[in-house]
Amino acid sequence: MPINEYAAFLSEIKEVIKHTDLEYTFRMAYGGDVLPGQFFEVSIPKFGEAPISVSGIEDGIIDLTIRRVGKVTNEIFERYEGESLFMRGPYGNGFNLADYYGKELVIIAGGTGVSPVRAVVDHFANNPDVVKTMTFIAGFKTPNDILFRSDFERWSKTAGVTLTVDDAKGEPGYNIGLVTEYIPKLKVRDAASAAAIVVGPPAMMRFTTMGLLKFGFKEENIQISHERRMCCGIGKCGHCKINDVYVCLDGPIFSLSKAKALLD
Amino acid sequence: MGYKLTPEAFSRIVAGLSERYRVFAPKRYELGGHFSDTDIIRYGEISAGSEIIFGEKSAQSFKEALLPITQVLFYFTEKEMKESDFEQKDVLVFLRSCDLNAVKRLDTIYLRNGEEDYYYKRVRDRIRFALIGCPEPFESCFCVDMGTNRANNYDFGVVEQDGTYFVDCKAKDLADLFSAGTQEVQIPPLFVSKTKTRVNIPEELDASVATASMWEEYDGRCINCGRCNFSCPTCTCYTMQDIFYQENGRVGERRRVWASCMVDGFSDVAGGGSYRPKNGQRMRFKTLHKVLDYRARFGENMCVGCGRCDDVCPEYISFSRIINRLSEAMEEVRNADK
Repeated sequence: MPINEYAAFLSEIKEVIKHTDLEYTFRMAYGGDVLPGQFFEVSIPKFGEAPISVSGIEDGIIDLTIRRVGKVTNEIFERYEGESLFMRGPYGNGFNLADYYGKELVIIAGGTGVSPVRAVVDHFANNPDVVKTMTFIAGFKTPNDILFRSDFERWSKTAGVTLTVDDAKGEPGYNIGLVTEYIPKLKVRDAASAAAIVVGPPAMMRFTTMGLLKFGFKEENIQISHERRMCCGIGKCGHCKINDVYVCLDGPIFSLSKAKALLD
Repeated sequence: MGYKLTPEAFSRIVAGLSERYRVFAPKRYELGGHFSDTDIIRYGEISAGSEIIFGEKSAQSFKEALLPITQVLFYFTEKEMKESDFEQKDVLVFLRSCDLNAVKRLDTIYLRNGEEDYYYKRVRDRIRFALIGCPEPFESCFCVDMGTNRANNYDFGVVEQDGTYFVDCKAKDLADLFSAGTQEVQIPPLFVSKTKTRVNIPEELDASVATASMWEEYDGRCINCGRCNFSCPTCTCYTMQDIFYQENGRVGERRRVWASCMVDGFSDVAGGGSYRPKNGQRMRFKTLHKVLDYRARFGENMCVGCGRCDDVCPEYISFSRIINRLSEAMEEVRNADK
């Protein structure tokens, strides 16, 4: 008999990091192979499963940054260190880090979209020599919505990091504005050979990729990550199908040259 | 060549088979129709050949034999999940050529698109097929144009003519059942070669047809009930669902249930986002899946032309008509680009 792909394993919650009232990172025990941008189906029996992308990878631990927005995630937020969650995966293609070696890399993320790219940013911030340059622009709604605050300080030592909010709510010391406003100011020498990663809400990705193309980036060098409701993660349930692709199998990471042809 | 049987003899043979197999076939559910005082032909388990309905098309397909509408995947307590059991008995399914071609589409999604599906595979490995011959096409059938009017991967085929059953048996282990006490005879054709309903999928069809105006018409006409999906032998989508027992809230089931891309909620993502809000967009999504996207990925059309979606639509929307509008829609899109 084939392996039952739907069978989940129990993983212990090693630590819970609270970023905002709605967003926590659950640090989970996991020893297998995983790439940034891949996702797991995380579940609690009787509440159901939800696809959650990996926001950090360490030896024996993966981070799942979860926004409390539904039945399953509400229940996950009731779990503490030492308790466990069911998981299956990882699924999806993920980011292939070697694709960016030797390049000028620009990563632009909005809101929870920072989660799937966090492990990529982390990798190149820790290994700045393998890329020519890395620039990271992250946008959040307000200072209260900022995720991974301490990471930003660390990353800014080895990479060009811009953190911006739509509305500072009167708090001083924040860049105010949309991520797209920073695209024309990018310090990229050769846009035609530079690589970019864009992850965020659909409208943010649309305008950001438009800005990058205008700057001179090539479609095939821009990668985006699609958010869909993946029920199965293995190409069966159909919820994530767009045109002839299955986001769970062929994505969630797509080059813009492929993604622009996909129409919901 | 094949065998000629009386209805009684055929019924007895099927009754014999039903001891070794769970036999699924189209059967009559009296007064189960969508209108009052009407019957419905649906698939169900049978125990004699006389229960099989040959002269009418089943409103639902054979699909339930492989993919139950609701299927329990696991039983769980808080920290344990136990795989669901399944009946350890081989399955025999009576189905028409269009549906036998649909099995190939189900196999493609459930066995070859990504990892093999454990629950599908465990039934699929135990299933055998008996072809129901079609002496005549039904009104809404368009299998010939979809290339699905023929199939040869059946264990035996049976066609009814003037109250007599003719059997073409391919499976050596079943041949004795049919040959006992009967001579080999020439049997009538099992397949149709012409249908009243015709379709034409334009060769130049591509995703740009999405911008054509025809889809807007379905914003109003379609009521997104999803019947077309549920009657379709090739629709494969499902949704995962956890339920728990009222008597003991710590114990429950993880199930999958059929899902429809036409019904609200299909594309919802966490936090309130969703895609394809309009019924016309969903109609376009479904149509292109059936006659374009699946072909781009797997090399053949998904739709097998059974026409059940046409028969079942409460708004009288015809899928074959939608296919036939695609040529004009492509022309409209191309002219708009000029």
